[in-house]
Amino acid sequence: MTGPPARPPVRVSTSSDRLQRLLALVPYVVSRKVVGLTETAAAFGVSERELVDDLNMLWCVELRAPDPYCPIDLSYEGGEIEISQAESIDRPLRLGVDEASALLVALKMLADVGQVAPVPGLAENSALSRTIAKLEAAAGEAAAPAAQVAVQVDRNAEQSVAAQLREALASGRRVHLSYYVPTRDEATERDVDPMRLLVVEGRTYLEGWCRSAEAVRLFRLDRVLGMEVLDVAAEVPQEAEPHDVDRGLFQPSPEDLRVVIELSPYGRWVAEYYPCEEAADIGEGWLRVVLRTPDSEWVRRLALRLGEDGRIVEPADLAADVRREAAAALARYGSGTGGPPVSPGEVS
Amino acid sequence: MSKRKTERLLSLVVCLLSSQRYLTANQIRAAVPGYPESFDAFKRMFERDKEELRELGIPLDMGSNGPLDEELGYRIPRQEYMLPDIRLEPDEAAMLALAARVWRRAELAGAAAGALLKLRAAGVEAEETGQPGIEPRLTGEAAFGPLWEAVRDRRPVTFTYRAAGRSELQQRQLEPWGVVNRHGRWYVAGHDQVRDAVRVFRLSRIEGRVEFSGPRGSVKVPDDSDVRELVAEWDTQPVERHSAALKIRAGTGFGLRRWATSEQAGSDGWDVVDVPYSDLAWFAEHVASFGADVVVSEPADLRDAVITRLKGALA
Repeated sequence: MTGPPARPPVRVSTSSDRLQRLLALVPYVVSRKVVGLTETAAAFGVSERELVDDLNMLWCVELRAPDPYCPIDLSYEGGEIEISQAESIDRPLRLGVDEASALLVALKMLADVGQVAPVPGLAENSALSRTIAKLEAAAGEAAAPAAQVAVQVDRNAEQSVAAQLREALASGRRVHLSYYVPTRDEATERDVDPMRLLVVEGRTYLEGWCRSAEAVRLFRLDRVLGMEVLDVAAEVPQEAEPHDVDRGLFQPSPEDLRVVIELSPYGRWVAEYYPCEEAADIGEGWLRVVLRTPDSEWVRRLALRLGEDGRIVEPADLAADVRREAAAALARYGSGTGGPPVSPGEVS
Repeated sequence: MSKRKTERLLSLVVCLLSSQRYLTANQIRAAVPGYPESFDAFKRMFERDKEELRELGIPLDMGSNGPLDEELGYRIPRQEYMLPDIRLEPDEAAMLALAARVWRRAELAGAAAGALLKLRAAGVEAEETGQPGIEPRLTGEAAFGPLWEAVRDRRPVTFTYRAAGRSELQQRQLEPWGVVNRHGRWYVAGHDQVRDAVRVFRLSRIEGRVEFSGPRGSVKVPDDSDVRELVAEWDTQPVERHSAALKIRAGTGFGLRRWATSEQAGSDGWDVVDVPYSDLAWFAEHVASFGADVVVSEPADLRDAVITRLKGALA
């Protein structure tokens, strides 16, 4: 069961998948009386041709005893589906445990998100709690196991920052951010045109058009040192392409630096925190990982942090760089470890 | 093959749902097209079909129509089959559409999509309404699927675990009570059968497969257990506050200065900065990551820990 930590769901079309679709299709049309082929195909995520195949199969259902009859009568002339006779399958099947849980856990997560990053609808929470109550009622017994799964979102993000961003998003205004960039160990100042808030892997981000970088950037809310909503309308340019959240927020690019690091059992957390291209056990609990990053400074800091628990294998010049930096830092402490510190100013 | 099977199963569902009375196997064979001539072959196929319907969550009732009926029959009780009425206001439907997207990259994505389909079939217009302003996502973990099944079905599990900081693998036997995502990481909490104590495990540290080690329904979850609370307790160590006196080269060490309680500019290009911390090991690593820009003056244990880190990086 080892595999990449996240993978997109693979749609396998089996006969039971199709049966579920057929059983949902009839009530879908019945509850809407008349509905377009195109719209229905889109709602079910199938092509119009597949949908027509489904409709034909439904129309062909035949029971032979006690007297032969066709329980379902429908038409889709002129691209409009109408079901005049649906017999017993005019209502959808009730929700299964997994189905009820998936939605209930997600809704409760949204409630938690609402408390961290107030957004309209989530903040007032009323729509959310109404939805949860209605869904629990409809799911009945299938709703119970959802209580055994909980999602708790990181609350480190400043409430006031989230509230101000929400205000900026709602009124379509530009913001000024003081933002800490850990890889460069810098506080940066920039104007950003907000696009949306993201909550991914428990962290809240602002996605926006950064006017200094002239590109779409993500800002972690817990790294916002200060912000101001400006009296200027946000202008997100046409070419601003939002991140495809479902492909992961941080997509390595081919120009990125390829870094090979060996991690001790104590240093294995690195593989849990950062997406690795490869990870292989190399014995005695050590792990060899391959990372991609645009930022060699980040790697240098990581290696210093890891100390004996991490060894940079590639690139070699970066490994040498880390050793040089460690030697310079140690020199500031003098040769012994117990003596009084040398004034840092004495070493350059 | 698959098309014929779908047709047969569809007819079977319609047939059993339409009938108020229990239908015997023979009556079903007569009504539903697609079953083989031989009774034995029919029986085998019918058994598999029943199993398939149950897996889809379709309630299949077995019984007889009266005391004189000797042969048991089948039907699908409409009340148990159908999703109860659910009417959602537009703002509620929008919440539902947003919720269904939360799992898009993770294990329950298919279940969420299936649920949304049924709700749409019930008349709910859960269309994605433009930019919602916020996009929450949960990410997956290989061990999540089997652990969720174990929690759902109340079954004990065994797995191989690599605890933080230790290289030897441990074999664990757990009665799982619940699965929790805290700050983006998945955990399972429950009763450790070997240690006879409540334990919390991080899913990303489980190696290999999670195996079921007991029957369904055999795990008793104590009424007063709160898995969310258990994981929170496990995750937050008691906070002890210490203060470090650091020398930070002017214009650097911003990641430390952010949290400073006091900051004094020195004349030699080095500032004296006091920074609070709670975990010695973590803070030493953090200070070491700034290399030659930061020097610890006090306390001595922090100083030694940073020196050890740096020596490790030198090796």
